[in-house]
Amino acid sequence: MSDEDVEGNDLDQNVSHRLDRVPNTATERTVEGRPSREEIVDWWQERFGIPPETFEGHTFWEKGAGKIWAYAGNLDSPIEAESLGMSVLRTRQEHWKPTTEAAQRWGEEATRNVIVLDRERARRFVAGEDQEIEWDGDWGYLIVAHEFAGGRAPLGVGLYLHGELRSQIPKGRRREI
Amino acid sequence: MDVLERYEPLVDDPEAFYETCRRPLPTTVRANPIKAPVERVRRALDDEGVAWTASEWNPHVMTVETDFPGNTWANFHGWIHGQEEVSALPPVVVDPRPGERVFDACAAPGGKTTQLAALMDDEGLVVANDSNLGRLSALRSNAERLGVTNVAVTNRDARRFSLDPFGSEPFDRALVDAPCSCEGTVRKNPEVIDEWSQSHVEHVAGLQKGILRRAVQATKEGGVVVYSTCTFAPEENEAVLDHVLEAEDCRILPIDTDLETRPGVTEWDGEEYDPQVADAVRIYPHHNDTGGFFCAKLEVGG
Ligand SMILES: C[S@@+](CC[C@H](N)C(=O)[O-])C[C@H]1O[C@@H](n2cnc3c(N)ncnc32)[C@H](O)[C@@H]1O
Repeated sequence: MSDEDVEGNDLDQNVSHRLDRVPNTATERTVEGRPSREEIVDWWQERFGIPPETFEGHTFWEKGAGKIWAYAGNLDSPIEAESLGMSVLRTRQEHWKPTTEAAQRWGEEATRNVIVLDRERARRFVAGEDQEIEWDGDWGYLIVAHEFAGGRAPLGVGLYLHGELRSQIPKGRRREI
Repeated sequence: MDVLERYEPLVDDPEAFYETCRRPLPTTVRANPIKAPVERVRRALDDEGVAWTASEWNPHVMTVETDFPGNTWANFHGWIHGQEEVSALPPVVVDPRPGERVFDACAAPGGKTTQLAALMDDEGLVVANDSNLGRLSALRSNAERLGVTNVAVTNRDARRFSLDPFGSEPFDRALVDAPCSCEGTVRKNPEVIDEWSQSHVEHVAGLQKGILRRAVQATKEGGVVVYSTCTFAPEENEAVLDHVLEAEDCRILPIDTDLETRPGVTEWDGEEYDPQVADAVRIYPHHNDTGGFFCAKLEVGG
């Protein structure tokens, strides 16, 4: 089934075991609201300064409404599977939200909207705590990192609002270190 | 009688075998090069005060001196994964290359899937299948923490696995890390000994034959299929190979490893097996201070 076949059919668009490859550009879009590869790659660059080449080997797929997955290769769309590659981004909402795992995997390439915590704050962050902290940059979703083992090491995603950094580490991923 | 005594005729030093089986396993982790180079992983462990020793046969596998490797920064970052030393052997025997298509028939919770992905530089396709949905969710979280992006997860009975969703093309390689009676994990789960039964062995052997046959059929001519278990039972090891050698077009290849191993047995309980099964390897706990294991490498066709 191609994207055309499901256009305008909300039920089909959300088949939970099916992943559909996103179109390359917005003009090739056939499913309302589905982000394009170009928009996804541009978003990482605009928000975090992560260069588009980073994703050269990856294709992007949507499963359910707005959940974007990155897969390291090419396959014919759609794919019937529980998952394909890694869940990287949630779209179809006002502020797109990167996943913890995408922040960890590609966050080292980020040049902006990265907040670097000291060890004690990093500990609280990965335990899932929200914390007050000074930050001059943009509000919204930030990549949160610490200095570790000879370099910056991204931990995950935080939501910065009103002087507070809210940990977005999912419950099952939180640790007391 | 303790089920381990059943294997006394097969082991060279029964006292050492029993004594090792009673001792807990060393804690081992595998460094994950998808997230960080092994040098940085070692530095991380050093910085966290976790002493480590690299294994002699695989530089990515390390014995660590902590009971909780899960509560380290290195683990949180996905730089390490808790994995038993011998369980790191099958993916090395599969020897997948970047860009290939690999079938992991019984994949959950994904220790070997993620190692296969790492050996492929996270390029190509690993189809990680398991019939147990709950165990697949553990596989998915392991794969995500380890930063793997070349895995497709499917929830099928591997005996009836269909290639259709993946372009109907056969795989370059396959791994069947089969469900088994698990006596080889006694150092971690002593209860496996009490749970052992002959009827379970027979039941699971049928399952193993079905899964291995399907994996051979789903792999291209000249491709490699690796069969592994964590049991000492010849019924679940050599007898399964013997059956599949008879039923499918394939042969057994020797395995080259620096681990100390013993050849597959060609006779057990009045049965004789195809002499090729001697090229499979048996790993006993007392030889390398590990769990018990069995591994065979098959080539499809020819
Ligand atoms: C030894 S475990 C696999 C361990 C895994 N390879 C790893 O390295 O983490 C065997 C697995 O086979 C699965 N299994 C049992 N019967 C199966 C079948 N018919 N088809 C597919 N998977 C099956 C079980 O759910 C179990 O997860």
